[in-house]
Amino acid sequence: MTNTLLDFLIVSIALLAIGIYGISVKRNAIRMLFAIEMIVNAANLNLVAFGRFLPTSHGQTFALFSIAIAAAEVAVGLALIIVAYRMYKNVDIAEFRSLKG
Amino acid sequence: MADAVFLGLAIITIGSAIGALEVRSLIYGSISLMGTLGGIAGFFLLLDSPFVAMFQIAVYIGSIAVLILFTVMLVRRELIFIKIEDKRRRYAGVGLMLALMLGLGAIIISSGVKSITTDAPPVDFRKIGEDFLTYYWPALVLMGLILASSVIGALTLARREDITNDQHTS
Repeated sequence: MTNTLLDFLIVSIALLAIGIYGISVKRNAIRMLFAIEMIVNAANLNLVAFGRFLPTSHGQTFALFSIAIAAAEVAVGLALIIVAYRMYKNVDIAEFRSLKG
Repeated sequence: MADAVFLGLAIITIGSAIGALEVRSLIYGSISLMGTLGGIAGFFLLLDSPFVAMFQIAVYIGSIAVLILFTVMLVRRELIFIKIEDKRRRYAGVGLMLALMLGLGAIIISSGVKSITTDAPPVDFRKIGEDFLTYYWPALVLMGLILASSVIGALTLARREDITNDQHTS
């Protein structure tokens, strides 16, 4: 294997940073969900990379759990976005006024 | 040192991640997100874990990306093609992104992982199944319950109660 662990970690850091940029700048709820997906994928890549280089099978097992939980999270998140869209006719999170504390 | 396949996959993944957030249309954005998820699946193949890569393609590209596409289609058309973002926060966000990349990158490069490479044989995927059914079986059961309850929760949330179902009367 010619790739070192550092290469995978750098890709993972870049993906994490782009995801945090998306969460902090975008106000579109669907785009924020995209950014959350990117962060979850960066975490999965880290898990599998460390599991490969140790080597152990637990990294892949945890990545599989994480993928399944992320699927559930996206289903609930999209349902929440649809409910909010039906109430406010908008996907801009700054318009969801009554959610303010 | 990284090889050509790795570099190509990295360019696809990072480029389409930026595209998913910055392309004007949400539909192209979600198709670009598919590129990111597929690139991550490619990295899993490079890491000798074909089982996780297959799971990633089946779950992320096969269901999550399609679910996001359908949700985007339910949204009004004017909302798909406008970019909603805080203008003031934009530069702060780019600065935060660069600071995170440089800071975390410096930490990792200065730590000891720089030259780690491996010649160990890849883990057999039968070992993963064995882990799932022996050591991790409570977590597996819990994961099934969480998935079922989240699907029920999503259906309950998205249900409309203001429409009465009178199909059987007419």
